[in-house]
Amino acid sequence: MFGKLTLDAFPQNPIVMSALIFMIVIGVAIAGALFYFKRWRWFWDEWLTSLDAKRIGVMYIAVGFVMLLRGAIDAAMMRGQQAISVGDSYGYLTPDHFDQVFTAHGVIMIFFVAMPLMFGLFNLVVPLQIGARDVAFPFLNSVSFWLFAAGAILINISLVYGEFAKIGWLGYPPLSELQYSPGVGVDYYIWLLQIAGLGSLFGAINFFVTIIKMRAPGMTLMRMPMFEWTTLASVVLMIVIFPILTATLAMLSLDRLLGMHFFTSDSGGNAMMYVNLIWAWGHPEVYVLILPAFGAFSEIVPTFARKPLFGYASMVAASIVICFFSFIVWLHHFFTMGAGANVNAFFGIATMVIAIPTGVKVFNWLATMYRGRITFTSPMYWFLGFVATFTLGGMTGVMLAVPGIDFQVHNSLFLVAHFHNMVIGGVVFGYLAALSFWFPKIFGFRLNEKWGIRAFWCWIVGFFVAFMPLYVLGFMGATRRLDHYDASTGWQPLFIVAGIGVAIIALGIVCQAIQLIVSIKERKQNADTTGDAWNDGRTLEWSTSSPAPFYNYAVIPTVHGRDAFWAMKQSGNIGQARLAQEYTDIELPRNTPMGVYIGAFALVFGFSLVWHIWWLALIGALGIVACIIARSFDEHTEYILPAAEVARMEAARGAQTI
Amino acid sequence: MKNKLTFIFVIAIIIALWAVLFILSQGVDVSVLNPKGWVALQEKNLIITAVLLMSIVVVPVYILTFLIAWKYRASNASAVYDPDHDHDLRVEIFWWAVPITIILILGTITWKTTHELDPFRHLDSNARPLTVYVVALNWKWLFIYPEQGIATVNFVEFPENRPIDFWITADTPMNSFWIPSLGSQIYAMAGMTTQLHLIADQVGTFNGLSANFSGEGFSGMKFVAQSVSQSDFDQWVHSVQELPTILDADEYVRLAAPSSNVPTMYFGSADMGLYNTVVLKYMTPNVSIPAMDHDAH
Repeated sequence: MFGKLTLDAFPQNPIVMSALIFMIVIGVAIAGALFYFKRWRWFWDEWLTSLDAKRIGVMYIAVGFVMLLRGAIDAAMMRGQQAISVGDSYGYLTPDHFDQVFTAHGVIMIFFVAMPLMFGLFNLVVPLQIGARDVAFPFLNSVSFWLFAAGAILINISLVYGEFAKIGWLGYPPLSELQYSPGVGVDYYIWLLQIAGLGSLFGAINFFVTIIKMRAPGMTLMRMPMFEWTTLASVVLMIVIFPILTATLAMLSLDRLLGMHFFTSDSGGNAMMYVNLIWAWGHPEVYVLILPAFGAFSEIVPTFARKPLFGYASMVAASIVICFFSFIVWLHHFFTMGAGANVNAFFGIATMVIAIPTGVKVFNWLATMYRGRITFTSPMYWFLGFVATFTLGGMTGVMLAVPGIDFQVHNSLFLVAHFHNMVIGGVVFGYLAALSFWFPKIFGFRLNEKWGIRAFWCWIVGFFVAFMPLYVLGFMGATRRLDHYDASTGWQPLFIVAGIGVAIIALGIVCQAIQLIVSIKERKQNADTTGDAWNDGRTLEWSTSSPAPFYNYAVIPTVHGRDAFWAMKQSGNIGQARLAQEYTDIELPRNTPMGVYIGAFALVFGFSLVWHIWWLALIGALGIVACIIARSFDEHTEYILPAAEVARMEAARGAQTI
Repeated sequence: MKNKLTFIFVIAIIIALWAVLFILSQGVDVSVLNPKGWVALQEKNLIITAVLLMSIVVVPVYILTFLIAWKYRASNASAVYDPDHDHDLRVEIFWWAVPITIILILGTITWKTTHELDPFRHLDSNARPLTVYVVALNWKWLFIYPEQGIATVNFVEFPENRPIDFWITADTPMNSFWIPSLGSQIYAMAGMTTQLHLIADQVGTFNGLSANFSGEGFSGMKFVAQSVSQSDFDQWVHSVQELPTILDADEYVRLAAPSSNVPTMYFGSADMGLYNTVVLKYMTPNVSIPAMDHDAH
């Protein structure tokens, strides 16, 4: 009746138990607060069921930060283990637990931290920046978010009920096959990625159509802000690669559920095929994440240097070249698999080629600062920190692209240091810069700069202290994923230094939490009263008031060139769009709980497949189908905001802001 | 003033960090940068070449970033402000060209060295290569010497200055066979054979390990690689051959059962068909080890 479900599956481990208690306490606290302040109704109507892209974006980011905490705790646990598990000491984590922790760390950081922060940014920025009122498919947007949320819930369930996968974040077979991983961990891994991955694919399609079809009049492709170009490149990549992930994981689950042999060692299975497929998704995936960070910096640097982006056409070309080449380099993740020298050399050189457009981007940002008037706000700190770390990571990346070098450092801590160099220095710094940059547009006040800059210093110093030792350890022959090593290796002092680095990064996260609290307290002082939060905004989103109204623009602006808002200010037409009297009725999507329901059924579906509760899986699947059918019969998916109401709201905003 | 302090603070942290790393590395074998064989030496040189080539771009970027950021700070009213400066064809051509040139050079080097360092390529040497079969097991390494008729676990010995042809397979999830002091690693995969050609140019004892995570006992999947003189090697082979221990099918099944941190084992005689049987075991259904073909080799 209940498949493999048993009470024994609750792990009897103090660390896991305290995580469970912590999650219960937080959950009860939030629910209690909502009850106490009688905010349930508001929370449901205004947030959970919202189809407003900005609200969905905020929810993505909130979940992303919560998961960042969990991923960071995983990281700290690993560093703690490796600092003390030497020689006769075996640390505080069993190999079984340690293996779950590093698998969870990778999966969480990519899928449940980087991806939601990215989709959050897309939701906050893309419609506003192209002068649109919403995304192309608002309901699909909500479904994407709730599928993602279902995946996030499933990975947290796996922490306290059953086990998580012990296979590394990409789950290479045959280790991930039933023969070597009979437990439910791999099934959790498969189904939560399937569900969250589907959400990502829908999201990508949504933003692709949004950028192609919903730009304001006059905004040709070559007039788009650079963030839109990099977002476009990123979503194109996603549309191509996520089906590969889905198909690959589907084949793995067929092996596990139905005894097939796609990737098993025996009966003609081919594990090497899985490795190729998963990297055909996995490699472009990192460019999916980094491209929007490039785009964010391409908005931040011109704003704070008070100059247009240098070499716009070069930047567009560079983004497209990166997008294309990222498809044909996946094999560099396994030069050591034994492909011939011609194959290895081809993929090695193709990888290096990516360094060219990336280098050009860095030069163009420098040229943008050249002869500018630079103010050093926290987004600019993140930018300079990004250049300092990312350049180094790029250099070690090209080293890894040379097969001859890769043979010596592959899967060592050198590799681990390299990709954290790119992901922290590139993706995380980029997103944090972007979030503090666009925060006032969404919430109406700027974040506290002092705490933001403190957080920055902790992050960057912590990063170098945590990861430079790993480069050295890699050269010493230390591989990744070791839960224990011999004292004779002499690695321990470096692991301890790395652990200190993680502690400094943790301090940075604390600073960010304080920053948020202080900023909310000081929201009156830091209020953005003009809509042009940094005074030097260049693109359309700064032309509407802050926080942006739910309809984004009362009158859709007309664009005459790049940096449309800058041009308006130069020609003295400030607030032209806002003050125009020709308001019209605005058609807006009506909020709907169907996205929440679909996410909930997906969660039921995933959970019951993990535990082989077939009837419940069927209910989950049917529930999803029923929701889709019900939604398709709903003819009242939109409502009209009358022109008079728009005029009234705009007048109120005007009175408030001017 | 505040900016200057910040700058000094950053420089101090960087220097302090590298000083700490340098001090902590003293007395530790930085194997990749301390090669003990031709392959590892080539790979170290490649690392140095690549770093130097890329420094042509990376060093100026570092310097320029902070110079430009400093010079054009808003408070520096004496700096030129050119709010419409947004393209310059010559400059852009220049900085597409510089990385393209560097990648062309590095690409050429890559093409050449990838072929030279291909793990499957026989090394140039006058000495006759020594063949060693390697089987990755959960979680230990089995070495079979087909010419000597012996086998060892978690220990491999070979003569210096003589190429070693490793034939590698696995009876486990994927592993990677790696002796950092000698160079290159390659995956060990069930149902197939990969090859790795290495040479030690001196006598010494090196650490060997698996570089690809393969499950719970992965951390304990280590071996010792020992390079000795030819005469010492012959003597060692002889002494092992005299041992009564036998690696036959039954012993193999016992050995293949999961265990880690396994102490060194020696087998005075070994079934020479074993390696092929392990590979073939996954090629056809229902071939179990006890039924293996004893005169396969």
